[in-house]
Amino acid sequence: MEIVALMKQTPDTAQLSQRMDGLKLMAKGGPRIVNPWDEYALEAGIRLVEEHGGVCTILSMGKPETMEALKTGLAMGGKKTKAVFLGDPKFENSDSLCTARILAKAIQKVGDVSIVLAGKSAIDGDTANTAVQVAALLGMPYLGYVVEIKEVNVEEKTITVVRALEKGRETVTTTLPAVLSVLKELGEPRYASFMGIRKAAKAKIPRWGAKTLGLSPNEIGANGSLVAWPDVSLPPVKDANLEIIEGEPDEVAKVLADKLLAEKVI
Amino acid sequence: MKIFSVFDHYEGDVDAISYETVAIARKLADANNGTVVAVIMGHDVSDMAQSAIHHGADSAIVIDDATLKHFRIMAHGEALLKLAQDESPDIILLGANSNGRELAPYVAAKFGVGLASDCVDLEIDNGSLLATRPALAGNVMAKITFKKGTTQMATLRRRVYPALEADTSRSGDISTASAVLSEDDIPTKILGLETAEGEISLNDASIIVSGGRGVAGEEGFAPVKALADVLGGALGASRAAVDANWIPYKYQVGQTGQTVQPDLYIACGISGAIQHLAGMKTSKIIVAINKDPDAPIFQVANYGIVGDLFKYVPALTAEFEKRLK
Ligand SMILES: Cc1cc2nc3c(=O)[nH]c(=O)nc-3n(C[C@H](O)[C@H](O)[C@H](O)COP(=O)(O)OP(=O)(O)OC[C@H]3O[C@@H](n4cnc5c(N)ncnc54)[C@H](O)[C@@H]3O)c2cc1C
Ligand SMILES: Nc1ncnc2c1ncn2[C@@H]1O[C@H](COP(=O)(O)O)[C@@H](O)[C@H]1O
Repeated sequence: MEIVALMKQTPDTAQLSQRMDGLKLMAKGGPRIVNPWDEYALEAGIRLVEEHGGVCTILSMGKPETMEALKTGLAMGGKKTKAVFLGDPKFENSDSLCTARILAKAIQKVGDVSIVLAGKSAIDGDTANTAVQVAALLGMPYLGYVVEIKEVNVEEKTITVVRALEKGRETVTTTLPAVLSVLKELGEPRYASFMGIRKAAKAKIPRWGAKTLGLSPNEIGANGSLVAWPDVSLPPVKDANLEIIEGEPDEVAKVLADKLLAEKVI
Repeated sequence: MKIFSVFDHYEGDVDAISYETVAIARKLADANNGTVVAVIMGHDVSDMAQSAIHHGADSAIVIDDATLKHFRIMAHGEALLKLAQDESPDIILLGANSNGRELAPYVAAKFGVGLASDCVDLEIDNGSLLATRPALAGNVMAKITFKKGTTQMATLRRRVYPALEADTSRSGDISTASAVLSEDDIPTKILGLETAEGEISLNDASIIVSGGRGVAGEEGFAPVKALADVLGGALGASRAAVDANWIPYKYQVGQTGQTVQPDLYIACGISGAIQHLAGMKTSKIIVAINKDPDAPIFQVANYGIVGDLFKYVPALTAEFEKRLK
């Protein structure tokens, strides 16, 4: 069974500090990581290959340093994984729909894919649009917020999963091929083995650009994008005006209760 | 200017975000000579149309069909897409709840229009939508501009824009439209639906009381939950508490959990790591209880108690029990 795992490389928010604010981190702050949500997607992909055979192809669109994220993925998945780097200066400044267009073309080029897996969102842009839009462009059913894969029926070409909703859980079945975005409950991502890391470091990862994918310049990058983000700034600092309340628990409770009732938040 | 405001509901109850969305649509329309059309998709949902008008819409379009009883992205997406193609609204707004964040990108992709997700503010600038949204877990704010000449779509984050009081004297046109897909055309079938009873969802909660590593074990959540209960609030947790298996993942607040924005957030034994703050720092009032005076949680807190949560939390519970009786 052919599986695709979509993976993005993002800044590492653990590096945020007094000196490293959001803007600096977006610009170039330090080493980048695999989008944490996408590690769950890759783990799910590797498990599906272990159960049903085939291979999980990791697709990542981004700047050249994205190769590092792909190697991290290969180190996790070893022989069960392949990787393709979707890189082209023409891809830069793509909005979620252009990104989805590029990913959708790449999925078609991988060929005969049964399941496309994505993370819940990418922690940098955090749109959570891309995977839905890949499904829409490919005309595949989409199952979001997947917390359990109950059954994949390869002959019947169906999949049954449990989705987390805001107010409950839904068991749902659909036809393959399908796009899934997964949540953490699906299973902790495995660590890369030492051998895996060494092998991945030497792996030759193919690059597919706009030409290879048959995409014209006006459907990708800033040209093809319908939204832009010309103005990114630091969020307004909240003037919390911390008031420390001191005293014995009973007194503190009285004072705080007065204040919270006066604030009208209770 | 015609603005669609799409309603969402669960088992017959309108999701509060729908009223917030129609309120911001009203604001944009009033400032720009526009009209607000509520779009309601579901089954046996006609009474929601009147309520949408009472809450700010000028008119409503209802698509009532058995295939739309529960949210299914393709069924709802194709219906909304067809309506958008027929009516060419200038703007389509949805609530950024889990359904809205699936429905909006689906329709935007098929319609070929721009989308700004999870916005905290919306304005009209030069006849075009200008959206403000947080990115990088709330550590930057981005202004999103749209290419002119097409429909513009956005989803609105919960609890950033107040709903209007229902005004029952408001009236408006209610019309109907048809679903697009028949049951046979929809590949996705819902086999079971299980509602988590008796818990206030973190998303809608106006009060959240959270525990972190400081609660020191599963039993340590008991006093935290008691305080949440007496306040009629929801229970939350830091990742450290979830990873230690003291409480299930669905309670996790933060970058890899839920983003919440209650009126009151009480953090008990939570240090305030940047990833936790990302999920709660825009709460209206934050109270921190922590024995370490240098814990970063105090940097975002309005009120702080430096001390043992096992002494202060029960005292707060007892005090509120008296006051709220
Ligand atoms: C990629 C990534 C994503 C993450 N996502 C999230 C996320 O979504 N949500 C999240 O919460 N974290 C997240 N984290 C983890 C985060 O960095 C912290 O590890 C976590 O928030 C710490 O939880 P904590 O504050 O409960 O524990 P600690 O940092 O250990 O703090 C415990 C606090 O309790 C206080 N304390 C102890 N005993 C008492 C007592 N009896 N009374 C009063 N105070 C007491 C201590 O002084 C201390 O300040 C993420 C990390 C990474 C790397
Ligand atoms: N540039 C990219 N390359 C590969 N996958 C991506 C890319 N951008 C987004 N994705 C996938 O789509 C999901 C949602 O991303 P986003 O819409 O950016 O929040 C991510 O978790 C990834 O699985």
